[in-house]
Amino acid sequence: MIPFEYLRAGDPAEAVAAVAGRPGAAFLGGGTNLVDHMKLGVAGPDLLVDVSRLPLDRVEETAGGLRIGAAVRNSDLAAHPLVRERYPVLARALLSGASGQLRNVATTAGNLLQRTRCPYFQDVTTPCNKRVPGSGCSAAGGYTRYHAILGASEHCVATHPSDMAVAMVALDAVVAVLGPGGARTLPLAELYRLPGDAPQRDTVLEHGDLIIAVELPHLPFARRSAYRKVRDRASFSFALVSVAAALDLDGGLVRDVRLALGGVAHKPWRATRAEAELRGGPATEDAFRRAAEAELAAARPLPGNAFKVAMTRNAVVATLRALAEEGR
Amino acid sequence: MTVWREAVGTPAARVEGPAKVTGRAGYTYDRPVTDPAYAFPVQATIARGRVASIDSAAAAGVEGVLAVVTHRDAARLADTGDAELAVLQSDEVGFRGQFVGVVVAETPQAARYAAGLVRVEYEQRPHDTELRADRPGLYAPEQVNGGFVSDTDEGDVDAAMEAAAVTVDRAYTTPMEFNSPMEPHVSVAVWDPGERAPGGGFAEGARLTLFDSTQGPHVVRSTLAQVFGLPPERVRVISPYVGGGFGSKGMPHAHNVLAALAAWAVPGRPVKLALTRQQMFALAGHRTPTIQRVRLGAGADGRLTAVAHEVVEHTSAIKEFAEQTAVGARMMYAAPNRRTSHRLAALDVPVPSWMRAPGEAPGFFALEVAMDELAQACGLDPIELRARNDPEVDPESGRPWSGRHLVRCLREGAARFGWAERTAPGTRLVGRELVGLGVAASTYPYYRLPGSRAVVEYEGGGRYTVRIGAADIGTGAWTALTQIAADALGCRLRAVRVEIGDSDLPAATVAGGSSGTTSWGSAVVAACRAFRHVYGEQPPAGAEAGADMPDDPDAERFAMHSFGAQFAEVRVDADTGEVRVPRMLGVFSVGRVVNPRTARSQFIGGMTMGLSMALHERGVLDHRTGHVINHDLAEYHIATHADVVDVDAVWLDEEDVHAGPLGARGIGEIGIVGAAAAIANAVHNATGVRVRDLPITPDVLLR
Repeated sequence: MIPFEYLRAGDPAEAVAAVAGRPGAAFLGGGTNLVDHMKLGVAGPDLLVDVSRLPLDRVEETAGGLRIGAAVRNSDLAAHPLVRERYPVLARALLSGASGQLRNVATTAGNLLQRTRCPYFQDVTTPCNKRVPGSGCSAAGGYTRYHAILGASEHCVATHPSDMAVAMVALDAVVAVLGPGGARTLPLAELYRLPGDAPQRDTVLEHGDLIIAVELPHLPFARRSAYRKVRDRASFSFALVSVAAALDLDGGLVRDVRLALGGVAHKPWRATRAEAELRGGPATEDAFRRAAEAELAAARPLPGNAFKVAMTRNAVVATLRALAEEGR
Repeated sequence: MTVWREAVGTPAARVEGPAKVTGRAGYTYDRPVTDPAYAFPVQATIARGRVASIDSAAAAGVEGVLAVVTHRDAARLADTGDAELAVLQSDEVGFRGQFVGVVVAETPQAARYAAGLVRVEYEQRPHDTELRADRPGLYAPEQVNGGFVSDTDEGDVDAAMEAAAVTVDRAYTTPMEFNSPMEPHVSVAVWDPGERAPGGGFAEGARLTLFDSTQGPHVVRSTLAQVFGLPPERVRVISPYVGGGFGSKGMPHAHNVLAALAAWAVPGRPVKLALTRQQMFALAGHRTPTIQRVRLGAGADGRLTAVAHEVVEHTSAIKEFAEQTAVGARMMYAAPNRRTSHRLAALDVPVPSWMRAPGEAPGFFALEVAMDELAQACGLDPIELRARNDPEVDPESGRPWSGRHLVRCLREGAARFGWAERTAPGTRLVGRELVGLGVAASTYPYYRLPGSRAVVEYEGGGRYTVRIGAADIGTGAWTALTQIAADALGCRLRAVRVEIGDSDLPAATVAGGSSGTTSWGSAVVAACRAFRHVYGEQPPAGAEAGADMPDDPDAERFAMHSFGAQFAEVRVDADTGEVRVPRMLGVFSVGRVVNPRTARSQFIGGMTMGLSMALHERGVLDHRTGHVINHDLAEYHIATHADVVDVDAVWLDEEDVHAGPLGARGIGEIGIVGAAAAIANAVHNATGVRVRDLPITPDVLLR
């Protein structure tokens, strides 16, 4: 077997030091993705630093918002009363992901940092620039049903698989990171990268950077929010496309809106163009459609996933329509 | 005369149920053997060519590795006529994922790690994996699976189509599908080497014991005996518990041979081999993709004048397997002009094999959607259309039916399902969902395969043991045979113990073709009767009698098929095209039902597999590499619990007096037949969109 060492970190600083000091080290959260990759040969860390038992498993109330510990399990987060009350979009996104068993184990930070399920990435017998930089992209010209229509590059057309992250991006979440150089925060939307010519890098994190929490800001209108996941089967499948939305209505007008898309890009896609189109406009189906189309004007579908453009548009319209009806 | 009422027909609980739910049932891989070693295969990463060189030094150097076996040093097999089973006998590569080596090690982890270190260089040749109806080189097989002729042509289909008032002429496709039983394919090989022959061959005295997850211990034994050049009595195959097969464990596959070759390479060590889920996609058989043209011609009243079903499908270039996709169309409906044909493309793909209801499952998707299209074109209710075309006698053979109750099934189902609520296509919107109902007919032939024998022994104390080398792959056969023996002996259920799953037991045919209960059951009945004939009601302890399965003269005089009606309700999301199936109902006519509990499980299991076929399952072959790229259960979608809401099955209370002593026709496969068509027809009723290609995924219905 492939030997590796295992270290259960006593505190976050020790975990960061242990990983930072060893190029082949990796953090281990719930292990639902990394352990698969170790079996498949996709990843081969020589040291696993277990951070799943660090005291980062609390959901704390902040000024109108929430601070979610990195080790909070997906199931616990989905069931948390304040999440359900203030951010239903997040609870629903979590519950639409994976399976009950996986959600019981998967952690918040692990969910954010899970890797693409592009089948070529997961199969070491096929070239993949994300797995082996420079080896080529097998998805281009191959099976692209679950691949990107926005923001992809010639080097990589993979999508980010998380549902939770889509909701969090819509909610303007901020991640708290402890690195070898100290602590810092950054907006979740800026954590993720587009593939460009370095698809091996999913995020801007450096080796040894440990996410210790996710902060959700105060956003009262997120109480009216929803997550819509379109998929090939009713459970245990990744999004073809997904929509996270929160809608603030002023009579028949859109006072404010948050909109993010999943299954369409290398990262959870904040639909800023659509949001701008919607703000101050009428909360009508036509307006929702125009906004979705504005966002999707930049879409560059692949042979095999052109349907995603219409599917995304329809899912956006359906989600906003339902939220608007809920508000009447 | 046997009285079928004390045990047969009752919902007896599974005899092996307690062992399974308490974890005491020993599945193959968990079999304790002394000092086991573990095998992990090395698979070809090209689809066609030859192995140019192999560097196994790094693998051999891994701690715990006992052997690295390749075509250069594997023991020579006696019979390499079956290319699928000619494992490691040459440098040729015929499909991606084919075995090119195996590592044997002290632990599964070491074997797997080392297998990844074996460096294989190939001389690659161009490969061809793409099935198209217009491709060159399509050929008619000599016969198709089941021993049927490839083509039939009755009357003049073209003229009838020309003259018909109403016609349907459409192409339908189904994708590559994979059986995917829960328990993977597992073999544990134990050699008693005898005198080793010079040159490493398999000596006269060698003896192989194979613990194997199989649907037929005897067929594995006879096949491997031939492959290894051993007399059959020197091969023993043991397989008491099997975690599903759906046909994929019906015939021996390459892993059986690989496990035995691996064990031969490490004398004195039993070797365990379990395929990974990914490996199963190349090595455990699959259902061919199909391209099916169906032509129906009818009068304005819907009476068929022509039925033509012409199928293009694939086989592996290294071994032919011809799925009998169009065979069902030969007997299903009355039409004077009928044509069926099968054309194969021999491609550089893994070897296809049996998957639940080979032939009928894909064939009735096409035929029964076409019938729905004809009903629509004629302005007829689809049930009425089928009733008008219900043949008096088998159109193909001219024989009378042993019992054809399709129309009863359809009408019974219509009443139970609320068929009258069905509206015109695309007219029923509930919230944001389009709702529709669909129906399809189902059928499956009665097979009673010769070659089974049962033996009854009286143990004393009122207890009997019945022995037959059959297999229960989760179907309930174990329980059904116990019930049959109890009634045939005229004793209590708990007085009978049935032993199965071992080739040292009397010969039994494979658990396939929905034939197990009828074939093995008939042998058990014959053995029980022979026992009572010899020993009467007061046998001495140790008394033993056996019998072969008796002949089945009625099978030559009657057309014997089971029938069914499949109903489905679908809800299609008007925004996203997602299809959900809130209700399915199957009404079946299968002769006598031996055990309503396990029978229901077979029916609804088959229907669920049909739902999965309708909406989810699609193997994606990447033609650039010949690789099934979605080769795990996260990417190859099978229906989840959330997809399966309310699946119900009922059956007519009947017996088929021509179907052997039990009056039963077999139930394992009919549940899948027609299920996908019923869903596709319901999708049409919901949306007005006719989907002719499986699976029906959301993008297809997106507007």
